[in-house]
Amino acid sequence: MIFDTTVWMSLVILLPLAAAITAFLLPRHALAIGLTSSGLIVLSVIALTISLVDGGAARDQMGGWGAPLGIDLVADGLSAVMLLMTAAVGLAITIYAKGYFPARDAHKRAFFWPLWLFLWGSLNALFLSGDIFNLFVTLELLGLSAVALTALVGKPTAVRAAMRYLLVGLAGSMMYLLGVAFVYAGYGALDIAQLRMLVADGPPLYAAATLMTVGLMMKGALFPLHFWLPPAHANAAAPVSALLSALVVKAPFYIMLRLWMDVLYPLADTAAPQVLSALGIAAILWGSIQALRQPKFKLLVAYSTVAQLGYLFLLIPALLADSRPQVLGAIVSFMVAHAAAKAAAFLSAGNILHATGDEQIASFTGLLRTLPLTVTTFALAGLSLVALPPSGGFIAKWLLLDRALANGDWWLVVVIIAGGLLAAGYVMRVLGPTFRERETKPTNARAVPRSMALSAFGLSVLAIILGFMGVYLLDLLAIEPVSMMVGGG
Amino acid sequence: MTETALLYMVVGVVLFGMGLFALVAYPHLLRKILAMNVMGTGTFMVFIAIAHNGDNQPIDPIPHALVITGIVVAVCSTGLALALASQVQALTGQPRIDGSEREE
Amino acid sequence: MSWESLLPLAIVLSSFIPGVMIFFFSEKQAGLRTGLNIAAALVKLVLVAILINGVWRGDTLYELRVSLLPGLDLALRADALSLLFIILSATLWLVTTVYAIGYMEHSKNRSQFFGFFSLCVSSTMGIALAGNLLTFLIFYEMLTIFTYPLVVHNGTDKAMGGGRVYLMYTITGGAALLLGVVWLYMLAGQVEFTDGGALASVAHHTTPLTIIFFLFIVGLGVKAALFPMHGWLPRAMVAPAPVSALLHAVAVVKAGAFGIVRVVNDVFGVTLAQDLNLLQPLLVMACITVLVGSMFAIFQDDLKKRLAYSTVSQVSYVVMGVALFGPIGATGGLLHLVHQGVMKITLFFGAGSFAETLGIYRVSQMNGIGKRMPLTMGAFTIGALGMIGVPPVAGFISKWYLGTGALDANMDWVIGVLMLSSLLNAMYFLPILYRAWFMTQQEAWPHEHDFGRFETHWMLLTPPVVTAVFSILLGLFASLPYGLLDWVELIISREYLL
Repeated sequence: MIFDTTVWMSLVILLPLAAAITAFLLPRHALAIGLTSSGLIVLSVIALTISLVDGGAARDQMGGWGAPLGIDLVADGLSAVMLLMTAAVGLAITIYAKGYFPARDAHKRAFFWPLWLFLWGSLNALFLSGDIFNLFVTLELLGLSAVALTALVGKPTAVRAAMRYLLVGLAGSMMYLLGVAFVYAGYGALDIAQLRMLVADGPPLYAAATLMTVGLMMKGALFPLHFWLPPAHANAAAPVSALLSALVVKAPFYIMLRLWMDVLYPLADTAAPQVLSALGIAAILWGSIQALRQPKFKLLVAYSTVAQLGYLFLLIPALLADSRPQVLGAIVSFMVAHAAAKAAAFLSAGNILHATGDEQIASFTGLLRTLPLTVTTFALAGLSLVALPPSGGFIAKWLLLDRALANGDWWLVVVIIAGGLLAAGYVMRVLGPTFRERETKPTNARAVPRSMALSAFGLSVLAIILGFMGVYLLDLLAIEPVSMMVGGG
Repeated sequence: MTETALLYMVVGVVLFGMGLFALVAYPHLLRKILAMNVMGTGTFMVFIAIAHNGDNQPIDPIPHALVITGIVVAVCSTGLALALASQVQALTGQPRIDGSEREE
Repeated sequence: MSWESLLPLAIVLSSFIPGVMIFFFSEKQAGLRTGLNIAAALVKLVLVAILINGVWRGDTLYELRVSLLPGLDLALRADALSLLFIILSATLWLVTTVYAIGYMEHSKNRSQFFGFFSLCVSSTMGIALAGNLLTFLIFYEMLTIFTYPLVVHNGTDKAMGGGRVYLMYTITGGAALLLGVVWLYMLAGQVEFTDGGALASVAHHTTPLTIIFFLFIVGLGVKAALFPMHGWLPRAMVAPAPVSALLHAVAVVKAGAFGIVRVVNDVFGVTLAQDLNLLQPLLVMACITVLVGSMFAIFQDDLKKRLAYSTVSQVSYVVMGVALFGPIGATGGLLHLVHQGVMKITLFFGAGSFAETLGIYRVSQMNGIGKRMPLTMGAFTIGALGMIGVPPVAGFISKWYLGTGALDANMDWVIGVLMLSSLLNAMYFLPILYRAWFMTQQEAWPHEHDFGRFETHWMLLTPPVVTAVFSILLGLFASLPYGLLDWVELIISREYLL
């Protein structure tokens, strides 16, 4: 590639941050800055990926200071996949937001763009972080932007939900930070690559593991610490809900993946991974059943997120056993497929709300006639969520089932299958009525702006196309750093 | 680790625990925000304890750097929390977010 | 990539692309839509004709593979069995399209209807051309998805209820099938459809293989309406008649039966299936379905429901044939796959015509209908006689082979089942025929449309007549060289390695 990988790594972080500040300082141009910078960020991410594929994993010592004092950025296959996922969903949400925040709502528009760009920047930085403290900082930045975006709408329900989100999130961050303290106290390093060599079984690791895992569970809404998610995701503006469910909530899980694979792995034989897996099962069942009961569309989708996040935890014990590459492939493909599908689902909810002003599912009768593209969007997204072929969700479910069967985990198999049936239930709760004939014409059907309709549709199509990109995803994931030791410092 | 450092660490952990309890137990938003800050302070004390290498030894600068970063983060979070809390007060008249309105 | 390897994909796309295009047509562009439909059907028939020659000779060029995951390929392949299904589907689709255009003339949302109609057919083509279990599963589930909007097309409460029951059954069945496929792939690697079976290397895992077989039968049996998973079929009669015709003769039910044939013949292989004692229970299930379906049919007054239960019963003949260990029985089963399709679609065309022309939905209203609509009723009669097994209509041939096959496999009791079932068929078909031809009309037709010179719209009249004639031709000229029987014997010989 034209430049070294490390240049793209820095660019991918600096671009959104710089654009965010610029958008904040020039509110009248916020939309233009948002659109152009989004395009540039996407291009940078693509360039970074290409350069990774060519040159292998890379490590960047920011400012020339190496670890342990300096902050190292690390880009490997997993980072690239997460960055691409963020870029794809982010681009769609950017286009959607263009239509969602109309010119007359200048106030909201002026604040949305800086906050969204900060969020994007923090995500990119998080996925490129190589040490556990930088993960904390980026996680905090992510949380603060997300909270602010949630409260942006200004409704009392949204503001209250944002407050709860903030408090829970901060509690989680503090626990994580205390865990970092114990890791440093026990092993004297913060860099993940160094820690991988240094960690051993012992009290510091137990304490750190408990604190960090519980803290990340809170931020990542794993059952039973998921209670803040449904109100926050349901009451935010549609593009924000899409961001939260598709991207923000994946970051704590990503950190958990990295931690358990590279830092906490000596604890693989303890009960902790099994507990996580069991909580995942509970999340799937509880979330799906709650989704079946919701009268409001966005709450249904939010509970679906709670359920789908459970799938990610099912295979953590398997991840720490021998077959890591395949299990990681299963988990990551699920994350990516869910991101596309869930974002599309929330965006379609926004479209429906925009057109009819009603988010009660009972009012969706006959919607197929009035909003065919939006209903198709949700149908395709639902296809991936239920994991019917051909879709990204199907490939992910296949991989999960394959690994579960290979390890002989029958209860996981049952839960995965049951989860799919329950998902079909709550998806059809929404889709079924749209086929019905309406007796009366809908009263006020506002036209949905093209940017909103097409961006949502594009995401749902992406969810389907992901079903054919499994080979590329797994190839990308396989890019790993050759040498883990860092020099200098 | 020396006794002083151990004392600091234990106190830090105790503060953390008290803060966590208060965060969960008290409904008033300002108390929750204060509790969150106490949790942070407890964590910072643990870091400071870790930095101590023994009397008359040079301290480890890294945990100090982490504490400073942490303070900055905590200040920003507190700022956002206070702003949100005042919004909640303004919109609902009550400085609290009870669980009863969870399902909206 | 040679043009031959693209042929299977072309056949699938020949319905898929028009289907998607039709969604964008407005209701006023009916002529354009019709033209596109007919053109696509003809294109497909041409492609199929090209394939027939090559597959007869045993060419293996017609294969296309796409990698979905490492070690997991999507494979489209044309072999003799796929062509059997494709020829049946493609021909009947053309006929049904004509019928549907006539039937749906006053209906709403026709673009949506014909769009999903085409997508259903493309899924069926994919099922037929699937070269391995994964591809089969993918198109099988796609068929479920695309048939739902057709079942609920009328948008009434009854339609929605029928649709919900349909989905509950088919999605659960799909989950069972998915589990079976993933498990088998984990055991045996990628399972390509191979004549004589593909599981030789793992044949010793008897318990997992038995459970997997059971999962397959449950998953496939839902669509094939095998007892006790048949419950959705009568409820799905709420769909418009062309949908019922398509679902019962061509697409959904046949896809399930076709899947069972594939699993027994080309995944497990008849020999392994027999060794694992899997064929006996399957045979028993098929026979139970045959009898139970017929018994329920007798008590139905609603004509389409009676035909639905008849389908439940008749499709199980295919399963029966494949579960009889022996080439003759298998031949009978495959023959019936085609024969039942042609005969049953005639019956459903008739039922739909009666409803559209005269407002008749129940058997008790059919007195004297033979006088009013002689051609349609004549076609109906031929179909009914074929179902009972009266020569020279095609049904007789397949039942004969099944009976002989039963004797050949030392399952003499199956003949009893066949005879009893023919008797039951007579019990629910003959009264209809008697009423129609020999009883006089009691009251005015509920809702009569006048079509001028012909007894009904020519688009409703021609298809059943055409398919009725086919039923007779298939029976009379069964043993013609290059006829259906030769083709089926080709398939069976490759399977049994004769």
